[in-house]
Amino acid sequence: MARSAATTAPALQKRDFKQALQGLARPRGLRCVTKRLARLRAGAPARGPPGEHDGRRTQRRTGRRPHLPRPEAAARRPHMRGGHSPPPFPAAAEAGTLRRRRGKMAAAVPAVGCVRAAAALLLGCCGAALASGVQDQAEQFFRSGHTNNWAVLVCTSRFWFNYRHVANTLSVYRSVKRLGIPDSHIVLMLADDMACNPRNPKPATVFSHKNMELNVYGDDVEVDYRGYEVTVENFLRVLTGRIPPSTPRSKRLLSDDRSNILIYMTGHGGNGFLKFQDSEEITNVELADAFEQMWQKRRYNELLFIIDTCQGASMYERFYSPNIMALASSQVGEDSLSHQPDLAIGVHLMDRYTFYVLEFLEEIHPASQTNMNDLFQVCPKSLCVSTPGHRTDLFQRDPQNVLITDFFGSVRKVEITTETISLDRDLAGFESKLPKDELATEPLKYAEQFPVAQIIHQKPKQKDWHPPGGFILGLWALIIMVFFKTYGIKHMKHIF
Amino acid sequence: LWYLFSPSVDKAWKELTNILSGIFCASLNFIDSTNTVTPTASFKPLGLANGTDHRLLRYTVLPREVVCTENLTPWKKLLPCGSKAGLAVLLKAERLFHSSYHSQAVHIRPICRDASCLAVSWELRQTLTVVFDSFCSSQGKKDWSLFKMFSRTLTDACPLASESKVYVDISPKNKEKELLEVTPAPTSVHEAVVQGDKRTYAVYDLLSPSLFNTSRSLNVQLKWKRPQDSSELPTPVLHAQRYVSGYGLQTGQICTLIYNTHPYRAFPVMLLETVPWYLRLYVHTLTITTKGKENKPSYIHYEPAQDRRRPHLLEMLIQLPASSVTKITIQFERALLKWTEYTPDPNHGFYVGSSVLSALLPSVIAMKDVDVEQSPLFTSLFPSSDGSSYFVRLYTEPLLVNLPTPDFSMPYNVICLTCTVVAVCYGSFYNLLTRTFQGGGGLAKRLANIIRRFRGVPPL
Repeated sequence: MARSAATTAPALQKRDFKQALQGLARPRGLRCVTKRLARLRAGAPARGPPGEHDGRRTQRRTGRRPHLPRPEAAARRPHMRGGHSPPPFPAAAEAGTLRRRRGKMAAAVPAVGCVRAAAALLLGCCGAALASGVQDQAEQFFRSGHTNNWAVLVCTSRFWFNYRHVANTLSVYRSVKRLGIPDSHIVLMLADDMACNPRNPKPATVFSHKNMELNVYGDDVEVDYRGYEVTVENFLRVLTGRIPPSTPRSKRLLSDDRSNILIYMTGHGGNGFLKFQDSEEITNVELADAFEQMWQKRRYNELLFIIDTCQGASMYERFYSPNIMALASSQVGEDSLSHQPDLAIGVHLMDRYTFYVLEFLEEIHPASQTNMNDLFQVCPKSLCVSTPGHRTDLFQRDPQNVLITDFFGSVRKVEITTETISLDRDLAGFESKLPKDELATEPLKYAEQFPVAQIIHQKPKQKDWHPPGGFILGLWALIIMVFFKTYGIKHMKHIF
Repeated sequence: LWYLFSPSVDKAWKELTNILSGIFCASLNFIDSTNTVTPTASFKPLGLANGTDHRLLRYTVLPREVVCTENLTPWKKLLPCGSKAGLAVLLKAERLFHSSYHSQAVHIRPICRDASCLAVSWELRQTLTVVFDSFCSSQGKKDWSLFKMFSRTLTDACPLASESKVYVDISPKNKEKELLEVTPAPTSVHEAVVQGDKRTYAVYDLLSPSLFNTSRSLNVQLKWKRPQDSSELPTPVLHAQRYVSGYGLQTGQICTLIYNTHPYRAFPVMLLETVPWYLRLYVHTLTITTKGKENKPSYIHYEPAQDRRRPHLLEMLIQLPASSVTKITIQFERALLKWTEYTPDPNHGFYVGSSVLSALLPSVIAMKDVDVEQSPLFTSLFPSSDGSSYFVRLYTEPLLVNLPTPDFSMPYNVICLTCTVVAVCYGSFYNLLTRTFQGGGGLAKRLANIIRRFRGVPPL
């Protein structure tokens, strides 16, 4: 409908575009503006395609997240490659709230004429009056609506000299566990074993600070994917949920559309790729597509992606799914550097960016109110030598309002009760409730561990007889044919 | 109609290995048909059995797997009190892995519920074996204490346990008493026949109220009264060793040495070897020699490997004469794998799993039936039919074999080179043939004109 209107209308002028842009909360791409203009000219209400937000207003009041485009709508929209501009949201549904929050005057979109503009002005004045009152409500509304937290922590490097990548991942693991995410909600992937490596002078330990101050390996670590299992395929399968049916629970990412997921990756990388185990790479396009699959399957509410590799910012350049915030340790063209070696162990223990992130996270406790802006300032160029970067344009909330514990901590449903529960020591009652097994008629015997006589006289395993196939069959057929050709069929009685 | 084993055994095996890999944080999901065998004579069931078909048995060994804290954590979580109370309080990873040998095991088997043995119960048995090298760490003295080994002491018993005991071996050697001293005083002293030999144990029962009367912590210490510089460790009756010999990356030889140190008794031993398919065994080179003479096995079972489908399986029942060394050698050839089948670190080498030796060793002292019920838990894993011999299962070392490794950068080099050659040589030639040059291009125009003259086409 919109397209046909656009083709029959006269050529579009600059002022038409200006008019169409007036009612928008933020700059949009060319196609969106053209469609919008066509709608305005056709006289349809400018609030977006009909039916898109029917009945959704009630959802907003109960605190559910705002309306998001349906998957097929997303597929029709052109994806803007290479740039940071996100696909346009039909944010017209909550345009009112957004603008009120940002203090913009125009509440409704004027279609044509002064009448509408006057109406807009009136609404705007009302908005300003109520701005302070609903500001808190809006704040409340824009608090994160997640109900559970997940973490996927990946170390992609093998070999002893990449000790620091394993230490990076384990320090994030340790912080995330300390702040409340349980092991069942963490998928930890370590490509090599450093703790029990024969070269480790202190077995079962992985240190992050020199002089062996902090053992990030701990005593209750659970590694879900280890060694050769850490491959690009397994990583993408974990993210998208397309795993073989026999995969155990601890190896699955069982997130839903209310989960906040933290994804941390470290290893060796380059401009647009990350190396897995010295034999394969994952590109930023694949990663962006995996996140889009997760989005379309509603596998996350919000996603925080942290990467600590050389040229890490290239990995988040291609993201195009909403609700993703990304941090990287270095820009394109820069290398991420390691922090300090330990002379007793003989390798570098941590990378600089993750070292300072760990120090920052050690100050956080489960109830702290620190927000993401502090995390963005964690490693200035003077400490990190590289320039850490971040990307927040795909994220709906302001980073100022996003708590660190929204991603690193966990939402826990705890019910406090004051009544005491006594555990019954006496198990006799329990045993009587067991189902009665059928008793054998004569006493059962244990199997003999080494029955020599039985083994020696064991009949060889009956090899199942298969009819001969292939070469042997052809050979025998040839022999029989030649025989009968030479001697004639009447000699058959001599054979049988 | 042609397959003898039911397909559901393999499907159940696959599901079991995947579930166990999730529980124990180990890569057990790498178990598939390329490393699974069906032994015919080793690995009889440990519990009650009624003539089970050996074709339902599957055996796999994953020699590349590492045992570290992430395997100990779920193992500890299987215990009813976890590592919060009881004996498991001592199990902290840092001390346990700083040792010469570490082994964890989980066995599940059906056992008799009571003495009449008419009903079956299931038993889950978890075993942890650690060898601490206290001789080196404590300046040559063989004294040890729980605190020195685990940097922790016992505080109380697990409330859910019906039995919680610490056994300290204080068997006197050569009938000399008063050689060593254990503190604090044990709650009882128990004598048992373990592995065919009479042993004396000092028992600390954590459930007895008298133990934690004076202090909340129990630190068992053992001190030797006289210096033990010239004592030797008793050699076991049966031990084995395995190594790879040969040179180059083409052929090699696996040698197994089995020692029988008993002075006058001979006994048979069952050897199970599983060799991956990429080491092609030459079975005609299998030789077994004892004391210089050939030793023919009483039973051989060999299943050849199928490339990329099944490993080799070799089972032999060999008679070991008293006080002898038996050498078993077999030659092999290394296969070249496809370039996608190599691991990310192929220059590390490829592992061959350890071979398993099962034997019934003669006991020095016969064990009576009544001893079975009262013997400590760690002696009752292998049920024995008569007391004159005891069953033992040994594992040899795994082997590390280098396979010929290709240069993995070659596909990239080949693509670069051929594309360059094609682009430069053929591409420029194609351009000269087909493109028309407008103005300019002196040399190219002259070359193109030469070619056009040969073609019979008017020049540019």
